[in-house]
Amino acid sequence: MKSNNSIKTVVAVGIGAALFFVLGRFVAIPSPVPNTNISLQYAVLALLAVMYGPVAGGLIGFIGHTLIDLSWGGSPWWSWVITSAFVGVIVGLFAKKLNVQEGDFGKGKVTLFAIANIAAHVIGWIVVAPVLDILIYAEPANKVFAQGAFAAISNTITAVIVGGLLVLAYTKTIAKKGSLDQE
Amino acid sequence: MAANTVLNYLPRKSVIHRLTGTTKLAFFLLFTFASMITYNTWVLLGLLAVSIAAFRLSKIKIREVRFMMIFMLVFLLLNNLFIFLFDPNQGTHLYGTHHVLCHLFWRYDLTAEQLFYMVNISLKYFVALPVAILFISATDPSEFAASLNSIGISYKVGYSVSIALRYIPDIQRDYHSISQAQQARGVELGKNEKFFSRLKNSVNILLPLILTSLNRIDTISNAMELRGFGKNKKRTWYTQRPFARRDFLTLALGVLLLLFSLTVTIKCGRFYNPFC
Repeated sequence: MKSNNSIKTVVAVGIGAALFFVLGRFVAIPSPVPNTNISLQYAVLALLAVMYGPVAGGLIGFIGHTLIDLSWGGSPWWSWVITSAFVGVIVGLFAKKLNVQEGDFGKGKVTLFAIANIAAHVIGWIVVAPVLDILIYAEPANKVFAQGAFAAISNTITAVIVGGLLVLAYTKTIAKKGSLDQE
Repeated sequence: MAANTVLNYLPRKSVIHRLTGTTKLAFFLLFTFASMITYNTWVLLGLLAVSIAAFRLSKIKIREVRFMMIFMLVFLLLNNLFIFLFDPNQGTHLYGTHHVLCHLFWRYDLTAEQLFYMVNISLKYFVALPVAILFISATDPSEFAASLNSIGISYKVGYSVSIALRYIPDIQRDYHSISQAQQARGVELGKNEKFFSRLKNSVNILLPLILTSLNRIDTISNAMELRGFGKNKKRTWYTQRPFARRDFLTLALGVLLLLFSLTVTIKCGRFYNPFC
């Protein structure tokens, strides 16, 4: 069965990147701040990362974000692409702990999921992305940190709330271990 | 091929199109890194010349990629505006001098350094633009996985990318029908709804999409397992083409440009400073 898992990861990365691309490129749900949209793709990234682990999470973020940037017609904005990959890896690191494939997503796991996402997005958008922006593009520090802080807040909210609801709904579709009773 | 619509592949008979996908990918990456490292105006102008020349060779008309151009211009303008609003003294900070051209208001002085810095940052982005457009418009998407594999990335990752390109249109169609169906049932995502109920409503659309995608993952991975995917360490590609002389020449040019940009950066510093 081990080989099937690695094939599954390959396919999950492909489909996950496609989902990330479609949600990030074509879906525009307005957020309270004018002219910005909710990035639903990070909710899906969170779900797939906890299902398939850090490698898959990182690759989904990287491939999906690169494709979005390419389809807008520029060369990818590497600092943000790398941050998306980083978020996928960090959330994916909690995959073993959360073990959502068992079909159990109780209070403790919800908290852990929230912490994983908050940590990933806060470190990602407030540290990784701005620092890379300054290194690669030499942009003013306060501009990139303001941008980063905004991205961190909005992406954390989407990832934790929408992502959490998705994981919860997904675990409900799985039959739990020992859920059958003998009559 | 459905993925054409996503990344806007424009088939032509040109030198650029005849290059192998591997060459184009490698050149694109080398070129992007070369333009990323340097901030020297002369180097950037040189790179811009190469990039425009390549664009002319490809026989792709500006009209066909106008949408991308306009989008990039708007992005650049906004980015420059934000840079100026947040820090009108970044130029002074980088170049060390302060030549005021005119005073605007409050703390906003228009300095020659700031203008020069913003010209440079726009130039940096413009340099990469024609090559990026070429890379997207002149690479056959079905050749893409093969070229990823041949620059040394595991073929499994290459396969993931090609699955992504293959299924983007399908998922897009799924998303469209699911969201129409949910909206017909009264799930609202527009501005009339409160923010948090908008978030909650988006789950109603995402969940069916995710569940069908998970089914899809199962189907595809079973099909691939049946065909013995991943059994061997290597694989061959139907679309892979052998290297010709023009490929080696292009690669050599890419390496040269990167080395040139690196040497200038190491020897003369990252910025060209006309102010001292």
